[in-house]
Amino acid sequence: MGAMLEIRRLSKAFGSFVAVDGVSFDVSKGEVLGFLGPNGAGKSTTMKMVTGFLEPSGGQVYVCGKDIAADPVSCKSALGYLPEGAPAYPDMTPAEFLAFVAEIRGFGKSEAKRRIEEVVRKVHLEDVLAKPIDTLSKGFKRRVGLAQAILHDPQVLIMDEPTDGLDPNQKHEVRELIRAMATEKAIVLSTHILEEVEAVCTRAIIINRGRLVFDGTPAELEQRAPANVQKNRLDHVFRSLTSSDTQAAPPKPEVVNA
Amino acid sequence: MKHMLSIFKRELRGYFATPVAYVFIVVFLVLAGVFTFQFGQLYGPEGQGQASLRAFFGWHPWLYLFFIPAVSMRLWAEERKTGTIELLMTLPITMSQAVLGKFLAAWFFTGIALLLTFPVWVTVTYLGEPDHGAIIAGYIGSLIMAGGFLAIGACISSLTKNQVIALVVTFVICLFFLLSGHPDSLDFLRGWAPGVLVDTISSFSFLTHFEALSKGVIDVRNLIFFFSLMAFFLFANGLILDQKKAD
Repeated sequence: MGAMLEIRRLSKAFGSFVAVDGVSFDVSKGEVLGFLGPNGAGKSTTMKMVTGFLEPSGGQVYVCGKDIAADPVSCKSALGYLPEGAPAYPDMTPAEFLAFVAEIRGFGKSEAKRRIEEVVRKVHLEDVLAKPIDTLSKGFKRRVGLAQAILHDPQVLIMDEPTDGLDPNQKHEVRELIRAMATEKAIVLSTHILEEVEAVCTRAIIINRGRLVFDGTPAELEQRAPANVQKNRLDHVFRSLTSSDTQAAPPKPEVVNA
Repeated sequence: MKHMLSIFKRELRGYFATPVAYVFIVVFLVLAGVFTFQFGQLYGPEGQGQASLRAFFGWHPWLYLFFIPAVSMRLWAEERKTGTIELLMTLPITMSQAVLGKFLAAWFFTGIALLLTFPVWVTVTYLGEPDHGAIIAGYIGSLIMAGGFLAIGACISSLTKNQVIALVVTFVICLFFLLSGHPDSLDFLRGWAPGVLVDTISSFSFLTHFEALSKGVIDVRNLIFFFSLMAFFLFANGLILDQKKAD
């Protein structure tokens, strides 16, 4: 099984500001890739390019072997995407919204009904199905977004901060859901919660100022911390990789702050 | 085609999701009535005792000037504001399906409002013997002109996330397209501008092109004007979205 998502030297410039600078990585089936980086590092911009929303300034994205620039519609069919903030039409109810997405995704009436029932059960939307999305809590809105992203059982699932704004119980549920789906999909999720990476990800990449600064397993990431650091070892590595202006600068010793 | 229909249905339902749509339609019908009977003097000397709807259709460009920007403002500005544009553009549809689906929904909505003016038609039929063919042609012409206004509105709406800005800018641009054919503004231009320029400006006017249509004369040149105007602004609409998606 080859990589289901291939990112090749992807870059994006807004005027003179380079938001993403030559990022490359692959994601295979069964992998859950944690996409990390400080705010403004280019995580969301990268995801927007990977899902075909933004056009890259340079580089290629291949979804299941197909170039998204050449064949956007079939690539988008194979993708599930939860954008940042889980946008959904506020005047629709989750039932109407999911029916709309199912229709666009090309499912017939009975197939759409079956799939909607299935995702509603998976993300626990039963109680709010007939309420306008406008009136739902943040947690429910996020789940509506998630339901929309997994409705068509996509081969590649991309989620921009799927647990942001959720309470600990909801976070746990979403992580369980991701783990349950992980074996048959290639999953990319962005987060700035490091514990989440340890909890669900099989691999982590860190991006800083638009450049890839780490690509490896969460365990490898942790090993980068000096032996004298006991607590929050991932935080330490994350800071040392992303807070310095130059990559070569040595990480500040943790003792100073302790 | 199927995708376009899905977008169309969602958009049309969006119009009726809030009471605003009904308020729109009522205001449109009241204004249409006031313009026709009060200012247009359907019964009065200007109607010259004829049973026709010329006084009614004659006001449509001005009616649309206020009505259409309010209908079109939400088309894309709302998608930008709520962030759903990102969702829409990452669904497996093409840009033209999205642009056309939304435009046609707005056009259909306007068509409903226009159809509900039928009591005016009933009135003149009751009072006399109007030329029904001319009235049908007038309705078709009016609907086509509404499409022209709407295409401008959709295009402007795609530029901003603020519906009020979309409303005002659309109003100003549509006003230009109306005034460019108004006798007063043409007289003003004739004083100093070369004749070619005056003719060019007046040839862009909705008034000039709608005049024949409102009398029930469907001239291919006028149809070509409105349809190419729609094509131009909808193409620009897609281009703007392509270039400027994120903010």
